[in-house]
Amino acid sequence: MKAAVVVFPGSNCDRDLAVALKNAGADVTMIWHKDTDLPAGLDFVGIPGGFSFGDYLRCGAIAARSPICRSIIDFAGRGGYVLGICNGFQILTETGLLPGALLRNAALKYICKPVELEVRSTQSVYTEGYRAGQTITVPIAHHDGNYTAAPETRIALADQDRIAFAYADNPNGSDDDIAGILSENRRVLGMMPHPERMAELAHGGEDGAVLFRTLMNALIPA
Amino acid sequence: MHARIHITLKNGVLDPQGEAVHHALGSLGFEGLSNVRQGKVIDMDIAGDDPDAARASVEAMCQQLLANTVIESYQIELTE
Repeated sequence: MKAAVVVFPGSNCDRDLAVALKNAGADVTMIWHKDTDLPAGLDFVGIPGGFSFGDYLRCGAIAARSPICRSIIDFAGRGGYVLGICNGFQILTETGLLPGALLRNAALKYICKPVELEVRSTQSVYTEGYRAGQTITVPIAHHDGNYTAAPETRIALADQDRIAFAYADNPNGSDDDIAGILSENRRVLGMMPHPERMAELAHGGEDGAVLFRTLMNALIPA
Repeated sequence: MHARIHITLKNGVLDPQGEAVHHALGSLGFEGLSNVRQGKVIDMDIAGDDPDAARASVEAMCQQLLANTVIESYQIELTE
């Protein structure tokens, strides 16, 4: 699997994400936000966590308008696989590749702790390695993870089985306990929790590694 | 021309910061408040003196970057 991880000024989980992908067996290239084109023959783009552009204006807003994001939108439009984690999820909602928005946490506090997630949908290359309804532990680290969407959007997400992960104990006020959602074609996943921070035994568990291994297996050229 | 853009969360979108401000005002003894909402203001000078062109330009800025219309609404004030 040929993977790219995009780096914005203020990204801080880019190397962790690259390590998790490499450990799963991916060939990883780091892409600077001013690059206009993605490498040829790419299977997957990862948008890492952090504070791109200092979270100025709105979290992810400036990054979503950067030159590389235009290429990522085209890539997703051609059926490319894209995973946005934390700030990456915020960026994906700002580009419109995923619906809804991430607001300030309901209790206004930055939260950094492992949380339990329920795997809601196993119908994606990211989640088919889990059992439906399985509880996994993955850390969150965010100030603006309070997922919100219009009622009709939330109904569509539920009806189309596009809620990938839900919080077992909602930490941030997210609508419907949503922690991660899939695009309509199920190839774009945005999630606030950090699977790359629970990807080796030294991290305290490997619940997140399953996602990267499953993705890797799904995208190995036939 | 000068433009001032007011950006606020749409009605119905929970505003945790507005709620906290409301709570803090209550603890200072300010009573009878409701619908305390926090937003932001963006000021800019725009070259040219055609208000219609300036408004159209600021409208496009709001749609493309300044506001996230999923959760926010905006108002544009233009002055000479």
